[in-house]
Amino acid sequence: MTTAFPPPASTPDGQAGAAVQPANARLVVENAEPAIEMDGVGKTFVLRRRAGRLRRERVDVPAVADLTFRINAGEMVGYLGPNGAGKSTTIKMLIGILVPSAGRIRVCGLDPSRQRMELARRLGVVFGQRTTLWWDLPLRDSFDLLRHIYRIPPDRFRENLDHFVDLLQMAPFLETPVRQLSLGQRMRGDLTAALLHDPEIVYLDEPTIGLDVVSKAAVRGFLAELNRARGTTIVLTTHDMTDIEQLCPRVLVIDHGRLGFDGELRDLRAQIGGERILVVDLTEPHPPIDVAGTRVVRVDGPRQWLAFPAGASAAPLVATVADRYPLIDLSIREPAIEDVIARLYTSGTEDPSDTRNSSGAEDFSGTKNPSGTEDVPGTEDFSGAEDFSGTDGNRPVPRQSGTSDTAASL
Amino acid sequence: MRGSVATYLTVARCSARRYAGYRAATAAGAFTNTVFGIIRAYVLLQVWHQQPGLGGYDASGVVTFVFLGQALITSMALFGGGIDLPERVRSGAVTMDMARPVSFQTWWLADDGGRAAVQLIIRGVPPMAVAALLFDLRLPTSVGTTSTGMASAGIGGVIGTWGLFAVSVALGFLVSFGLRYLIALTSFWLLDQRGLESAYTLCAVFLSGISVPLTIMPGALRGLAEALPFAAMMQIPADVFLGNRTGASLFAAIALQAGWAAVLLASGRALTARATRKLVIQGG
Repeated sequence: MTTAFPPPASTPDGQAGAAVQPANARLVVENAEPAIEMDGVGKTFVLRRRAGRLRRERVDVPAVADLTFRINAGEMVGYLGPNGAGKSTTIKMLIGILVPSAGRIRVCGLDPSRQRMELARRLGVVFGQRTTLWWDLPLRDSFDLLRHIYRIPPDRFRENLDHFVDLLQMAPFLETPVRQLSLGQRMRGDLTAALLHDPEIVYLDEPTIGLDVVSKAAVRGFLAELNRARGTTIVLTTHDMTDIEQLCPRVLVIDHGRLGFDGELRDLRAQIGGERILVVDLTEPHPPIDVAGTRVVRVDGPRQWLAFPAGASAAPLVATVADRYPLIDLSIREPAIEDVIARLYTSGTEDPSDTRNSSGAEDFSGTKNPSGTEDVPGTEDFSGAEDFSGTDGNRPVPRQSGTSDTAASL
Repeated sequence: MRGSVATYLTVARCSARRYAGYRAATAAGAFTNTVFGIIRAYVLLQVWHQQPGLGGYDASGVVTFVFLGQALITSMALFGGGIDLPERVRSGAVTMDMARPVSFQTWWLADDGGRAAVQLIIRGVPPMAVAALLFDLRLPTSVGTTSTGMASAGIGGVIGTWGLFAVSVALGFLVSFGLRYLIALTSFWLLDQRGLESAYTLCAVFLSGISVPLTIMPGALRGLAEALPFAAMMQIPADVFLGNRTGASLFAAIALQAGWAAVLLASGRALTARATRKLVIQGG
C-alpha cells in the first residue's frame, strides 16, 4: 500500500472538483456530529413454534437488547462477538433492512428503516461471505452498473475506479467474469463496489474471511488508508483478531445480544487481564526460577517462561531475575487478543476482576500450541500487539515484540 | 430516489449479456428449439390436413403459429423460472438486494426483461429462418393472402402489424413477469415455491396456446382460457402477428393484456411491500 488515496476533491479538472465539493464540506460538518447513534436498541424475533397437534405458540427470541453506543464520523470500530451474538442483526438494523423492536437508531442523522433508500446512497456494505458482483459478467460491468445505481458523476467514477484499480491491483482481472476470480480478487472487487460512490460509512462483515495472509494484509492496508485519507467511518465485524489489532483503536464487544465492552483495545486487554509472560534466556539450563509473584509455566533448556499478572509491573520482576540469575536475554509477551476476547465471552456478566488472575497461563503453556515448537500464538497476532501496548504509562518495561524473542536484550 | 431509467436499462443489459454469455448453451438452445418446432409443425400439419381451417387457421397460419410459440416459449418463460429471487431468498443474499437504493420490483423486471429480450432473439430468429426454408410461413408482409378474415393492406398495414405485435409481446412479457414475480415472492413465506411454479407451468403449457391454439378448444374452456393471463403470453401475440384479430377484437385482446399486466404488477408491488415488511420485522 504505497499509493495514497486522493483527498475527496483532488480532481485535476475543475468541473469534477466542483462536483465533489459538497462531499468535502460534508466531512467537515460531520466531524462535529456522530455518524451512528444507537440508543437502547433491541430486536426481538417472534417465532411460531408448534405446540401440540394444531396449536402454535408464540416464542419471543431476543436477538439484541439495550444496545447503546455512539460512533463518531471518521472512527474505525471493531464490532466483535461470537457467532449468534447479534452482530449481523445490528448491522442489518444500521442499514435499515431490519426494524428495531425497541430504542432509537440514527445513522447520518437518518432513521435507517424509514429512510433506507436515502441512507443507502451514503453507505457502503461488504459482506465477506456474499458478493454484490454479477457472477457471470466481467468485474467492470458490475462497477458500471453501480455508477448508475448511485448516480456517481462520470468524472468522479473514473477517478475512483482508477485509484481502486491501482491500489488493489485489479487491472489484470477487470475484464474477467467474476465467477473466474479467486476469492482474494473477488473481495477486492467487492470492496471497490462498496466504495465507488464515496460512502460516509462503510460496514464490513468479515472482509478478510478465507483470504490468505498477503490478501488480508492488502485489505487491511487499504481500509486503514481509506479511513485515514478520506475520513470514512468504518465498522468492522470480524473473527480475525489481527484485523482488529491492526485497524481498530476502538472495539465494541457484543455477547448474547448485549454490549459487553466499549472502549480501546488495550483497555479491554487490561480489564480482562489474564497474564503476561516473561521469557528469559539463561546462560545454561537451570532449575525453574523462583521469584515471588510469578510461576514458571514452561522450561525448555536455558529458556524459561514465567507468567505474572497482566496488571503487575514487569520492572521489579526483571530486576530481580537479572540480579539472581545468569540472564542473557528476555522478552515479554502480551496476552493474545483472541484469548482476551475468549475470556470476555466465557466470563459473561461476571465481574472481570474475578477472572483476572485465573486461567490465563494455560493459553500460553502449550495447550494452545500442541506442537510445542512455538509458544506464541502466531507471529501475525503477536506483532499487532505493539501498536497498542507502547503508550501505557504505568508499565515501564518497553514491551516491544516481533518475530524474535530477543526484544529487550540486556 | 428509486433509481433512474439508466439504472434499470443497465440492469437489463447486464442480464442480457449474462444470458448471451454462454455460447454453447445458446447455440444448443436455438438448435433444440428449431428441431422441436419442426416436429410440432409436422404434427399439427397432419391435423390441419385432415381438418383444414380448424380453429380459424390454414396450414401456413398454423405453422407460423408453431414457430411464434417456439420464439416466445422461453422469452415468456412458459416453463417458469427466469427470476432468481427465490434462490436469493434461500441463500440470504436478498439482504444485499434490499440494501440497494433501487426499486426491488423494477430491478427484477429489468433483470427478467434483459433475459427475455435475449431469448426472444435466440429462440425466435434462427428457428424462424430455418422454418422459412422448410415451410410456407405467413409473415405480416404477405398481405392479402390471408384466408382468415384479416386483410391489412399496404405497407402501412405491415408496419402497423409489426408494431402491434411488438406491443403485444411486450405486454405479454409484463403479464408473464407479473405472474412469475408473484410466485417468486411467495418464497419469502413458503419454504419452497416450486409447487406453485409447477402449477404455473402446467397452466401456461395448456392455457397459453403453446400446445395447441386456444381457438380449437371447446366452447366454455376456450372462453375461460382466452380470458386468463396465460393467453396474453402467447395466443394473443401470435394472433396479432397473424392478423387474426381486427378492430374491436384486436383492441379487446390488447386491452386484456394491458389489464392483466396492470393487475399483476400492482399486486406484485403490494406483495413486495409486505415481503419487505416481513423481512425487516422478522429478519432473513
